[in-house]
Amino acid sequence: MTIPTISIRNLHKSFADNEVLKGIDLEAHQGDVISILGASGSGKSTLLRCVNLLETPTSGHILINGELIKMKDDKKHGPMPVSIKQVERIRSRLAMVFQGFNLWSHLSVIENVIEAPIHVLGVPRKEAIVKAEALLERVGLFNRKDYYPGQLSGGQKQRVAIARALAVEPEVMLFDEPTSALDPELVGDVLSVMRDLAEEGRTMLVVTHEMAFARDVSSKVIFLHEGLVEEEGKPELIFENPTSERFKKFISTVY
Amino acid sequence: MFDLYGYQDIFLKGAWLTLQVALLSLILAVALGLLAALAKLSHSKILTSIATIYTTVIRGIPDLILMLIIFFGGQVLINNMSYGFNEWINEVLTGYYPNHEWTSYLPDYIDISPYLAGIITIGFIFGAYMAETFRGAILSVSKGQLEAATAYGMNKYKRFFRIMFPQMMRHALPGLGNNWLVLLKTTALVSIIGLQDMVKIAGDASGSTQKPFTFYLVVALVFLFYTSVSTAFLKWAEHKYSIRTR
Repeated sequence: MTIPTISIRNLHKSFADNEVLKGIDLEAHQGDVISILGASGSGKSTLLRCVNLLETPTSGHILINGELIKMKDDKKHGPMPVSIKQVERIRSRLAMVFQGFNLWSHLSVIENVIEAPIHVLGVPRKEAIVKAEALLERVGLFNRKDYYPGQLSGGQKQRVAIARALAVEPEVMLFDEPTSALDPELVGDVLSVMRDLAEEGRTMLVVTHEMAFARDVSSKVIFLHEGLVEEEGKPELIFENPTSERFKKFISTVY
Repeated sequence: MFDLYGYQDIFLKGAWLTLQVALLSLILAVALGLLAALAKLSHSKILTSIATIYTTVIRGIPDLILMLIIFFGGQVLINNMSYGFNEWINEVLTGYYPNHEWTSYLPDYIDISPYLAGIITIGFIFGAYMAETFRGAILSVSKGQLEAATAYGMNKYKRFFRIMFPQMMRHALPGLGNNWLVLLKTTALVSIIGLQDMVKIAGDASGSTQKPFTFYLVVALVFLFYTSVSTAFLKWAEHKYSIRTR
């Protein structure tokens, strides 16, 4: 057995009195593309944001490549990581693509892509630029490299965001509803880039509403309902023969 | 153009001194303003209260009164503290060594220079105004910008200096520029605590030459020159940053 790239055990997360995640287990091995589905409020974004500790879990364990993120229960601040250094190091190996893009608006396209490699990973500037240019070429935006995010369309921004994510050579890519903020005609470009990434064997966790992507591209689908995994399995199985009534209803309404 | 009756050189010196006081006060004000803004936005109740008291008190008292209080009051305070320290240490030493002779370990009288007092006072006053400007600017940077920095593993210093600071500055520039113009003009007040800035020199010169209109007109023109150059620079800076704006 290989060590799972991501292993989440009995994860709980509450916001004040509201328990959003009620004990989630999840394992992702190298090359897995896991789509996380669920109605809004089901906790799917929160789950993804717990993986890189943008949200601090209330309890449970997260292991990245077998390395446990050490947590403690602080008297004053509640649960928090033991070492922020460890968290920062782990974050630098996980790349996130956000629903709202979150490109750094004061930096040009190419500067956005080289920022983390240079200033977090310590890659020499020249090397970072060469690689960034290749990545922008790949997402079809090399000719926009000196533009600022404000001058791009949503679809272009999200493709730059994907290039920024690839630039850190992440072990896992976390996608938080990457196409939800896009106009329908721009969704296709972004999805096709993501499809390519899946095919080349990248490990991806994708929170999405795109049923076609979940069904055709992912190696596993997880359906969350009120903070628990309601249904999971290979997409060809669970889309054909859903065991949960809720999931059956969910796919029939979304389609 | 203007006949300054032999006061040209000393007047020029005064004009340069005014600029120095303004620029050094600005640096102090920006530093204090940033600290106060961060304190106001921090989760610490103590820091928030200190910053709130600072901005409320300073902004609620006329600049002139503050300057007199800090200059004269500060002088008295420092000398009392210095004298009190000497008293205390000598008493203690006499307790241990009865033969000890009274010595001033700190100077009994410390004279604050009007130059330093002026810079500290103006920096202190405008720090409070800058705090509000910076606080607004920090709040106008969207949360997602910092979240992305966090997600890519930046530590809190990199998040601040590489992402927050450059982004907040473009929101802060208009307010910062406005504060700078007011600060520059406020330096005229340091003449009342005896600093030989151009306002003080103009006052002295008009007293002895009986030409107040000439001298004060020149002072006005120099201020106008400083502020015009500043305005042009600020316009350029705002334009430079706005290209990137969204």
